[in-house]
Amino acid sequence: MENQSEYIEDLRIIKKVMEESSRFLSLSGLSGIFAGLIAIAGAAVAVFVFLDGRFILSGNFFNSYTAPELNLLKINLTVLAISVLVLALAMSIWFSWRKSVKMGLRMWTPVSRRFLTNLIAPLVSGGILITILFFHQQWQLVLPSMLIFYGLALVSATKFTYNDIFYLGLIEIVSGLLAAALPAYGIILWSFGFGLLHIAYGLMMYRKYER
Amino acid sequence: MKVDIYGLSKYFENRIRLGIMSILIVNDSYDFNSLKSALGVTDGNLASHLRSLEENELIKVNKKFIGKKPNTSYSATVKGEKLFRNHLKALEEIIRKQ
Repeated sequence: MENQSEYIEDLRIIKKVMEESSRFLSLSGLSGIFAGLIAIAGAAVAVFVFLDGRFILSGNFFNSYTAPELNLLKINLTVLAISVLVLALAMSIWFSWRKSVKMGLRMWTPVSRRFLTNLIAPLVSGGILITILFFHQQWQLVLPSMLIFYGLALVSATKFTYNDIFYLGLIEIVSGLLAAALPAYGIILWSFGFGLLHIAYGLMMYRKYER
Repeated sequence: MKVDIYGLSKYFENRIRLGIMSILIVNDSYDFNSLKSALGVTDGNLASHLRSLEENELIKVNKKFIGKKPNTSYSATVKGEKLFRNHLKALEEIIRKQ
């Protein structure tokens, strides 16, 4: 049939246009890998520079600090956390931009805006809650909340990007709940969720979609 | 709208109309400029196909203002969605049979 190749081309166009208009495909595996490395570096600085090399923190750990020492520690850890966040975000945006250029995709589209709003709503709620926890001195809930709200953000944004993100989100939530149940292991679970898991997922996504 | 025995519609032989319908099937609505850059077509070309789709009641037009700027967005009608889905099914069917 002479129309055969035309029909195949029609189907290819339909599939491509549907996919590109309904999913944010610029998300890069490299973002995950670098965000994971930055998170692990951040956790290492926290443990070895600020916490005397201890990464399992018993409930009375902070009792050994005087009030001014504790205040300084709080400031240091907050500055560190914000630096890690900003650096990881900047990397993610840069790698996504690079991927969109390489693959000839547009980055600012109706679907990327929906992806971002679905991501940002849980993240901002989490950020505000963490600030409140911080002022109420509920330290043991800060790391679990980061993991849980980040996981919720991924679960909520997954319908506008690769489905794989859904499972990443679920594992982040479970890690966060575990960290809430076992506060002494907060740093280890945080490093697993934001560090190792990001690297593993990033590698998988990179091999699956970008090679 | 003419449809052959497979459910294939001549009207969607045009790739721009095909592209517009593909986008509106998977998105509740889509604005003019986003359609333009998604399909890589000129204003005039896109506008004439959108007008034709609207006249055939396959899409609806929603005009609103964002501040002082007019913003026109489009969505598929039930009729348009049905016709396009049948067309898509027919394409797949024909290729499977070969």
